[in-house]
Amino acid sequence: MSTIKRNPGMELDLDWVLGQKANRSAIERRAATIGTRRSVKKEWQAAWLLKAVSCIDLTTLSGDDTRARVRRLCAKARQPVRQDILEALGMGDVRLTTGAICVYHEMIETAVEALDGSGIPVAAVSTGFPAGLSPFHLRIREIEESVKAGAKEIDIVISRRHVLEGNWQALYDETCEMRAACGDAHMKAILATGELGSLRNVARASMVAMMGGADFIKTSTGKESVNATLPVSLVMIRSLRDYGDKTGYQIGYKPAGGVSKAKDSLNYLMLMNEELGREWLEPELFRFGASSLLGDIERQLEHFVTGRYSASFRHAMG
Amino acid sequence: MTVKEIFETMEYGPAPESANEANKWLDTHARKFGHFINGEFVEGAAHFQTKNPADGEFLAEITDGSAEDVDAAVKAARKAQAGWAKLGGHGRAKYLYAIARLINKHARLFSVLETLDNGKSIRESRDIDIPLVIRHFYHHAGWAQLMDDELPGYEALGVAGQVIPWNFPLLMLAWKIAPAIAMGNTVVLKPAEFTSLTALLFAEICVEASLPKGVVNIVTGMGATGAAITEHSDIDKVAFTGSTEVGRIIRNATAGSGKKLTLELGGKSPFIVFDDADIDSAIEGVVDAIWFNQGQVCCAGSRLLMQESIADEMLAKLKVRMAKLRVGNPLDKCVDMGAIVDDTQLNTIRSLVAKAVSEGATLIQPETSVPNGCYYPPTLLANVDTAASAMQEEIFGPVLVSTTFRTPAEAIALANNTKYGLAASIWTENINLAYEIAPKVKAGVVWINCTNQFDAAAGFGGYRESGFGREGGKEGLFEYVKPTFLKGLKPFVNKHPLASGEVAMETIDRTPKMYVGGKQARPDSGYATPVLSSKGALIGHVGTGSRKDIRNAVEAAAGASGWSGASGHNRAQVLYFIAENLSARAGEFADRISLMTGASKGKASAEVDASVARLFSYAAWADKFDGAVHSVPMRGVAMAMHEPVGLIGIICPDEAPLLGMISLIGPAMAMGNRCVVVPSENHPLSATDFYQVLDTSDMPGGAVNIVTGSQDELAKTLAGHYAIDSVWHFGSEAGAKLVEAASADNLKRTWTSNGLDRDWYDNKQGEGREFLRHATEVKNIWTPYGE
Repeated sequence: MSTIKRNPGMELDLDWVLGQKANRSAIERRAATIGTRRSVKKEWQAAWLLKAVSCIDLTTLSGDDTRARVRRLCAKARQPVRQDILEALGMGDVRLTTGAICVYHEMIETAVEALDGSGIPVAAVSTGFPAGLSPFHLRIREIEESVKAGAKEIDIVISRRHVLEGNWQALYDETCEMRAACGDAHMKAILATGELGSLRNVARASMVAMMGGADFIKTSTGKESVNATLPVSLVMIRSLRDYGDKTGYQIGYKPAGGVSKAKDSLNYLMLMNEELGREWLEPELFRFGASSLLGDIERQLEHFVTGRYSASFRHAMG
Repeated sequence: MTVKEIFETMEYGPAPESANEANKWLDTHARKFGHFINGEFVEGAAHFQTKNPADGEFLAEITDGSAEDVDAAVKAARKAQAGWAKLGGHGRAKYLYAIARLINKHARLFSVLETLDNGKSIRESRDIDIPLVIRHFYHHAGWAQLMDDELPGYEALGVAGQVIPWNFPLLMLAWKIAPAIAMGNTVVLKPAEFTSLTALLFAEICVEASLPKGVVNIVTGMGATGAAITEHSDIDKVAFTGSTEVGRIIRNATAGSGKKLTLELGGKSPFIVFDDADIDSAIEGVVDAIWFNQGQVCCAGSRLLMQESIADEMLAKLKVRMAKLRVGNPLDKCVDMGAIVDDTQLNTIRSLVAKAVSEGATLIQPETSVPNGCYYPPTLLANVDTAASAMQEEIFGPVLVSTTFRTPAEAIALANNTKYGLAASIWTENINLAYEIAPKVKAGVVWINCTNQFDAAAGFGGYRESGFGREGGKEGLFEYVKPTFLKGLKPFVNKHPLASGEVAMETIDRTPKMYVGGKQARPDSGYATPVLSSKGALIGHVGTGSRKDIRNAVEAAAGASGWSGASGHNRAQVLYFIAENLSARAGEFADRISLMTGASKGKASAEVDASVARLFSYAAWADKFDGAVHSVPMRGVAMAMHEPVGLIGIICPDEAPLLGMISLIGPAMAMGNRCVVVPSENHPLSATDFYQVLDTSDMPGGAVNIVTGSQDELAKTLAGHYAIDSVWHFGSEAGAKLVEAASADNLKRTWTSNGLDRDWYDNKQGEGREFLRHATEVKNIWTPYGE
């Protein structure tokens, strides 16, 4: 993340926030043609899928998570794709890892320990995830504890009610405080777009989160009934593009939940490439929040290498 | 490239669609094709080559159709027509349904073949052209099924001659053939010489569908073959899509032939972006508007009009977006823009762009790599003056011109500052603004916050020099049918009385004048024409109207825009009032009719009564000729709105001098048109009496203007007048020809009786929806919604 200048945030610019436009039908049309205007085949497809792997925040956010489970996931993060497949692809000497491991606070220490020396950051969901309705001072405290425990990235959840009530000032203030609590850890702001009611609200919330200092904006907790979609993504990345054009700061993007197929991941990468450019095809500026995506990509890669359709039991469990 | 290198560069790489099956199909035919006539493939004498514009490679030899070939095809179509019509709606529906299913089965072969022959990207042929083709046949299978119920009193025209362009080869074929055969016509179709292949594959589909022989005939060839079709004496209908220049030639050639004609021609459609638009979405709209099919789209949004306050931001973003467009091998699934159809077209584009630059336009092209050969990069010409040729002329390539506006009113003025009127795209998040602009733009299709949306259920077609007629929707069906009563009509005979030398003037001389702008006007010529009774006695004089009187009348009509803006309810009130005042003077009008025509008192009174009733009919219609909301596959509404045609020149019939005139003025008025009326030349005095009725009926000045004189001379001036939108002619066959020929210059709409006399007393012939359709344009407004 060192190459990206961190977004310090800016004053709340309400005119800019309220001036956001999002024409849903037009946005859906564009989103629907991303995957039909672009296509990658053969070596190109393999390389793009490996790139997708490098951008995955390998995630476990379950009530029954144990330390052993988290360690197994960390091992998968270190070696997401079988070495023989990587070698067949001529990628044997590239140290391919996932973008991060994403866990609840309780599992940070285990993950940090398991990933020691790998350079893979640990991300922690925070601030009363997923609803974000615990006492505010405890939410701030949670961030501080997680950072202390070794999390390099904090995935905060915004207060959806501020968006729904149109209380942009409150949303801004909350985000600023959370950002301050993160310190050197990078902040990903989860908007929970499935609960914001409209694409315009998604655009407005994106803007406020960035003004409040978010390093990444992220769609969902994975717990809402609707999670990441291409139209929502289009709205959010257009907002971060505008923010970058105006402030000069590059903001990252993380779709989370609902991305489970290799083909979906390619569509997302193409969307990033077409709307933002090559720089957003790296884990510094792009992540998938996903748990089952990796399995599908592994099968596709093995198919490319062997010409035979693969089976999930042939790949190490995460 | 290795996976490792690609992992760093993240390039897309090649993603070609295989052409194997299409090549196999070409090889099966030894890469040589004949015509499809009477259900069989027949060899012709001469051939020309069709090639792949992407690489210049030879694809196949195509037969160059001769006049004899065309004649054979027309004969086959004629022979098949009666049986095909007799098959009935359900019988025909089964075949259209089978055709839709078969194209669906072979969809990929059609797509690849289309891309090979035309150069358009496989994405477009696969995702847009071919699905729309399939939809068109499915939809029209339904219209065949419903014809008896939905179009009672109408029947097929007969044989349709159809000539289509190269930009959407199979789609244009579908637009032409599906409605024609659904309504019971048979067709002779010529595909464009650059792109005949999918039409020939379609012919095979017709065989597979066991379509009766002769219902569909495909004759390939060049322009001369097309002319042989449109000029063939046994064709009842000509449908042409192509350039305005050729459309004009066809209008001239078919004038007076009685052939029904639809023309879908060029455009220079505005793409209007207001300051409250979703700019990023509007930019994707621009991509779909002008870089779709390499800009070779008649309805391409080729004039970008931006509100001044957002112009800089939009242009900056547009430049970034342009750089992302990929130009290359059209069979590559990762390509946005394929090849230009032919070198000749490429050269035209190049020279028009060069001219624009020399006229001061700023040329903006991205540094996209463009392959050698028949390719042209996405291009933006900024800062183009309204007078510049690039702003006025259709380029038919991937070239957008841009300018700015200050206010909504100026946006409308700029949008309409063109001789064309095909389509418009309006971008704003404000529904008030969108629906303020949509009716004011002169265009047959308006897309709000979208562009280039097509569907079989929605009509498509233009205003002004973009042609006339509609394709798609119920409105499109009427282009392929005629009222059943037409075949029983007798030819018009001019019963001009010979002067007997007798004089039967009134005791106090009444001097009828013309009626212009709500005032009585003397003829500019200063001459008067005698009016004779049916026995030849002199019964009065009318002013001898000339070109200048027409000029004045048209000017007055143009100024009376308030009438077009009045509500249907208000127009009804005026029409009722006219009826009331006419009724109050019924005796006087009846006497005048008797004096002029020699009709008995009873017959003359009956004509006045029928006229009053007719005015009531149109007062009734004024607020009831509703448009439609079409069922298109989109979350949104596609409204087919009825708009007044505008300024209509009306040449009235001799038969029933009062009733005939009122039967034509009535619908024109009811729908909000303003007219210039040329009354019966033999019996003009009912019309000159009638203006006194208008004067006392709250009819706003200029909405109806009456110019007496020589019908042929005045009709010619009206048909040639650029500000007149349509001319209706009910008189001699020669007069119809004169009007149709004179209208060719600016391609105005015409409606003529083809020299046949209607029975104006018969409500089926004399009033109703047929008249209202001619008095309106259908504008399809597409509005997708969703928050």
